[in-house]
Amino acid sequence: MSQPDSAVADAQGGAATESLAALAKRHGLRRAIARPSLPFYVGQLWARRHFVLKYATSRNVSKYSQSMLGQLWQLLTPLLNAGVYYLMFGVILDQKKDISNYTAFLITGVFIFTFTQRTVSGGAKSISNNLSLIRALHFPRAALPLAYAVQELQQLLWSMLVLIGIVLLTGEPLTLYWLLIPVALLLQLTFNIGASLFMARVGAFARDMNQLLPFIMRTWLYASGVFFSIPDRVADLPESLAFVQYIMELNPAAAYIELMRDLLIQSHTPPQWAWTTAIFWAVFALVIGFWYFWRAEERYGRG
Amino acid sequence: MAMERVWPLTAEEQEATAKSSATGTPTVIVDDLHIVYKVYGATSAEEKGNAATALLRLVKRQGRPQMREVHAVKGVSFVARHGDAIGIIGRNGSGKSTLLRAIAGLLPPHSGAVYTDGQPSLLGVNAALMKELTGERNITLGCYAMGMTPSEVRAKYDEIVDFSGIGEFVQFPMSTYSSGMGARLRFAIASAKVHDVLLIDEALATGDREFRKRSQKRIMQMRESAGTVFLVAHNLDVIEETCNRVIWLHKGKIKMDGDPAEVIGAYNKA
Repeated sequence: MSQPDSAVADAQGGAATESLAALAKRHGLRRAIARPSLPFYVGQLWARRHFVLKYATSRNVSKYSQSMLGQLWQLLTPLLNAGVYYLMFGVILDQKKDISNYTAFLITGVFIFTFTQRTVSGGAKSISNNLSLIRALHFPRAALPLAYAVQELQQLLWSMLVLIGIVLLTGEPLTLYWLLIPVALLLQLTFNIGASLFMARVGAFARDMNQLLPFIMRTWLYASGVFFSIPDRVADLPESLAFVQYIMELNPAAAYIELMRDLLIQSHTPPQWAWTTAIFWAVFALVIGFWYFWRAEERYGRG
Repeated sequence: MAMERVWPLTAEEQEATAKSSATGTPTVIVDDLHIVYKVYGATSAEEKGNAATALLRLVKRQGRPQMREVHAVKGVSFVARHGDAIGIIGRNGSGKSTLLRAIAGLLPPHSGAVYTDGQPSLLGVNAALMKELTGERNITLGCYAMGMTPSEVRAKYDEIVDFSGIGEFVQFPMSTYSSGMGARLRFAIASAKVHDVLLIDEALATGDREFRKRSQKRIMQMRESAGTVFLVAHNLDVIEETCNRVIWLHKGKIKMDGDPAEVIGAYNKA
């Protein structure tokens, strides 16, 4: 022991033979830092739902607080994005020949992918960027990646407004399928939360992830059929490589994009398994992501 | 109550205090605690921070100098009892704040353990606030971050604004506040919650003289409602006034633990 004996004797309150752990046990004290059980953790998280919502809204408000147009940027950002991508892929690269209603096809892909991309990248930074908060206050740490996900969801709702406007302008009819839009978004949100919880733990302990992530995300973007149609692109492949199409369509991002295109664009035919894939990834990501994040709950403060 | 003692004790009194504190139930037990945490971006001056040296280090399998491990607390043990107000003193970097964070359960121990009764909480919400936002939003955000419910926040809101004394500035972004106003609002938010075991880090009572008096009074009240209080401060007078026991930390170890006057006397001589 590395301190004067008198301090130890004092620490043990005179009962020199009793170990401190035993004394703690006798008085019913618990470890200050211990991972709560999974059900209890979910309860704690539910109790902090107001914080999650407020934190997400506050981050969105503070993001645009320095600009003159303020919250209008929540609407302008997706609009400008749509314009840039259309100019790039619709006009300059002229991809639109083979795909009917390419404008709606492209913008749906970009917005849906951006939602997943931003949530996952935000989640990866949510722990490492908030270490001072983690080292100052008690709350279930999953509240942070969750708040980032909610923040992106709020942003997405503005994007959806823009998207629906564009889709209607390109002449798509309003159908009953549109009622399924919230269901598709909910599945995607579930997947995003799971993936971002997973990446939050990875990003918390492997800091270099934040440098690597933009490249991973861009590769994912190009592989997810945002700018092109996956069946068209793989049509020229030899018979022996036909499985590539299935692998590409199993990609969760591709599944959520295809799902939304199916709902919004009448002439679009999604891959056979789009709904199954979408549901599978949502459940799988949430269960694995949440469990994986919770396993390190007590260690996030160390950095 | 033992916690009201501020004068040097006689031998008999000391024995009596020892007995009475022995009968108080333990609320915090720290058992051979070691804390190691990582610091990023700590590059020394002679270190060239370019890509070539970084690659060389990787090839030579050397650790990253930007990431250092700090062994901040090295084997600390003590028992705090109900009614104790414990001052923690020591030089900058002696591990005082780290020890508080470990007691609060915010930093995981490298080895050893901290046992507590209830959830100790650190007084302070600075990290949760956003300076681009108005005081109003920050009050709500800070209260939620401390785990209050919407109805509790509504009930406390006016009190927080009154106590901070920032008046109509509550509608302005915190970035426009003077440093004193910001500190007052932060303290007002942080002290709005009731705590079992309270951990107070130094320099909380800032602002003008009048506010300092008010905040010290508030800390006293909080001390009385909390079971056990830990106070970290550089101002030794505050410690001597408010604590019944002082722990002197030196380079992550306990150098002395006991009666305030005695420990502070030794600390001043060192």
